[in-house]
Amino acid sequence: MARLIRTEKEVEGRFEEVWLVVEEDALDQWPVGPLTTVGRDAERKDAPERVRGEVRYTADITLPGMLHGAILRSPHAHARVAKIDLSRALSAPGVHAAIGPGDAHGLEEEAGWLGAPVAAVAADTAAQARAALELVDVEWEELEIVLDPEAAVERELFTAEPTRYERGDFDRALAEADVVVEGTYRTSVVLHNSMETHQSVCEWVGDTLNVYISTQYVWGVRDEIATELGIPRDKVRVVCEYMGGGFGSKNDAGEYTFAGAELAKRTGRPVKCALTRREENTAAGNRNATIQKLKVGARGDGTIVALGGEFVNAVGWTGWSAMTEGPMQMLYACENVRTVRYGAQINTPPMKAFRAPGFVEGTFGLECLIDELAAKLDVDPLELRRKNYADSNDGKPFSSKNLMECYALAQAQWDRRHDVRARSTDTWKHGVGMASQIWFGGGGPPSYAWIRVGSDGRAQVVTAMQDIGTGSRTAMAQIAAEELGFPLDRVEVSLGDTSRGPFASISAGSSTIPSMGPAVRAAAADAKRQLIEIAAQRYHLEERVLDIVDGNVVSADGNLSTPVEKLVEVLEDAQILGKGARGPNPTGMSVLTFGIHVVEVAVDIETGEIVVDRVYAAHDVGRIVNTLGARSQVEGGIIQGIGHTLSEVRLHDPASGRILTTTLDAYRMPTIADVPEIVCEFVDQPDEHLTNLGSKGLGEPPIVPIAAAIANAIRDATGADVHELPISREEMLRALEAAKKKEKRGAPAAV
Amino acid sequence: MASELIVNGHTYEVRAPVGASLAHVLREELGLTGTKIACNEGHCGACTVQIDGVPALSCITLAHAVRGEVTTIEGLRDHPLVDAFVKADAVQCGFCTPGQVVSAAALVAANPEPTSEEIRHHMAGNICRCGTYPRIEEAILHWRG
Repeated sequence: MARLIRTEKEVEGRFEEVWLVVEEDALDQWPVGPLTTVGRDAERKDAPERVRGEVRYTADITLPGMLHGAILRSPHAHARVAKIDLSRALSAPGVHAAIGPGDAHGLEEEAGWLGAPVAAVAADTAAQARAALELVDVEWEELEIVLDPEAAVERELFTAEPTRYERGDFDRALAEADVVVEGTYRTSVVLHNSMETHQSVCEWVGDTLNVYISTQYVWGVRDEIATELGIPRDKVRVVCEYMGGGFGSKNDAGEYTFAGAELAKRTGRPVKCALTRREENTAAGNRNATIQKLKVGARGDGTIVALGGEFVNAVGWTGWSAMTEGPMQMLYACENVRTVRYGAQINTPPMKAFRAPGFVEGTFGLECLIDELAAKLDVDPLELRRKNYADSNDGKPFSSKNLMECYALAQAQWDRRHDVRARSTDTWKHGVGMASQIWFGGGGPPSYAWIRVGSDGRAQVVTAMQDIGTGSRTAMAQIAAEELGFPLDRVEVSLGDTSRGPFASISAGSSTIPSMGPAVRAAAADAKRQLIEIAAQRYHLEERVLDIVDGNVVSADGNLSTPVEKLVEVLEDAQILGKGARGPNPTGMSVLTFGIHVVEVAVDIETGEIVVDRVYAAHDVGRIVNTLGARSQVEGGIIQGIGHTLSEVRLHDPASGRILTTTLDAYRMPTIADVPEIVCEFVDQPDEHLTNLGSKGLGEPPIVPIAAAIANAIRDATGADVHELPISREEMLRALEAAKKKEKRGAPAAV
Repeated sequence: MASELIVNGHTYEVRAPVGASLAHVLREELGLTGTKIACNEGHCGACTVQIDGVPALSCITLAHAVRGEVTTIEGLRDHPLVDAFVKADAVQCGFCTPGQVVSAAALVAANPEPTSEEIRHHMAGNICRCGTYPRIEEAILHWRG
């Protein structure tokens, strides 16, 4: 039965209270452990066609008569268009239309960052469109720029009001603590750099706008466009069958789509608007820099009594301020916590969500601070974490939490540290470090799925979700196959089109499996119920003695075993249609993911070179659907995290605000040669309170703890405290120098 | 300007501006969209094709300057590496993957039993942002099944 509830909805750590129509989740969870299809390795269903280059990404779409759009971007970090003249551009070779500020959503007169979209041109070829941009005459009135986030905070230039949080009495607890450790941690701006740049193709057919777009959220793009254009939502169709990576940066329509829609309208032709790599690295979003001033107070026995932090998110000109203080509030049992977070508005490109926004940055600060506390107390960092284990989240029970089991799994890895350290030479120092992981990933309603079973005994899941490369098609097929009792190769999944299937979740916030999986299972259960009803009538047996196993209709006494296709052949063109919805999240509970990484590094103390030798990861994300795909997710998150930690940094010119690292030789992402040995394990324990599936998301957790674990391993190897990401050779050498000085100061004076 | 281009054993007459890249011609003129363009300036490897068996970055190769025979992913669809990539789960979003396979095919043609070290050296020019590298290494190590 459907019911209307008031509930808290979470995406990427952002909460809002909403009214939701939800359907009851009537199914009991499956038993613990690997099942027939779920909980086992499954090759990706779409892997062969992806590997062979057969699938069509947005980048591969060419429509008849299609024009190419290009965006003119501000050459100043803060300026206003005093005058703009499009006439020379309009008469350039191949140009069909040109638009300026106010003509499309996102093209604005005031540019708050160098690269902000101002105007757009459509031409026969992309080269002609780009050439015509040079002919747009703009008179700029330059305005004051602010690039330093701390200066912005001082002047109260915020993107939103500061967020304050306090529980207990932080000041008193800190004053009474036996040991206090303080530190300032800094993280740099890093870039998503999806291999497929942001792009879309817009096409008007009558009064309907078709949008082919590389996106993580076809429904969000649909609604955003309909709202901005003031047209009914069903007059916008959004399609994304395959997309080349997003990592959080492709959750909305973007100025290139609004400009494309307007240019398509003016020309009566489809318009493709694709960002270049250099635009991608300027204008497509980023993980913002942070400055974190942190304090921890503890009793001599290691009990953490006070945690405090002042967090500055260097948001950029627009964007939202992620919950950098989240780990500090949630990871440890501590009665006295005070945090404040500022979202600094500066004249740099807007941030966008990037794989666990806020928590990646906040975990680096917090988990380094905790290890520095362990060093000061001279206790085992793993024991310190066990001692301060949180059994609730600010009084709210966890729907499930198996972090202690993760610690138990990691113990053997942690015990390797003595052998690892013993490998050190005069110049190469080896060490082991760890960090815990906490993040959301519980998903939520609404999400829906349909299933149709035809007379060939094959099932098709139909839902307008998207597979951003995480293997969602395969996971959904596994869940449907398990519930139906069908072999996996009898199930297909159709997705990626708002006009083909019901509403489905955003593919962000590690929400695809926890949001979509239960809906798909419910739809499969509905279809199976109907198949059993038909079988009961056809074979004159009671429904309760019938089941479907491995594609066969079977009776409990074993007398009947017949292939499903024999049962349904009578259907001819008729179809069994199942429908399912995602039920509500448990009320009054905190749904979170947990894990731990143990990292082994080697540091050359003469050159500052850092080599990550080995990463061990244990994660608790509820039931694992595809063990093969899950392992790949963990590896991918770790590798991206190693990039954030050691080599990736977006640099800007401190005078002009120009982005200096716009190419892939300047912005250094990990290559295959940078990959360490990676070992991963899962606490494959369903969350008994969460849906009919008990699964949480895994897209983001593996990138959360990696930076802190590397930094803690570096401290273990060298005694140096690194407080800044990325840990470049310069930063490493600076930290080694500082450690040397500290050692000298701490040494007893010679008599 | 017109010139002849041999791609996957077929001869095409290419009419493209003098400065057109091989990647552009393959994708836009010949409809061979398996070759991807991700950076368009020779830094990422997504556009990798083979010219006479040697990996080349087609986005910074002038189409009219090509003298040898071009092999793209479309010409390697039956290569055992495809199955090896599928089995090893060496694909996530898949946008870099055709280029990875083209590079790997050149490697195993020259060196049928590459070591991990050789794979890492040879494949370091093909960026995968999803981080499928360990799977790619495994796929190439076991490419013959």
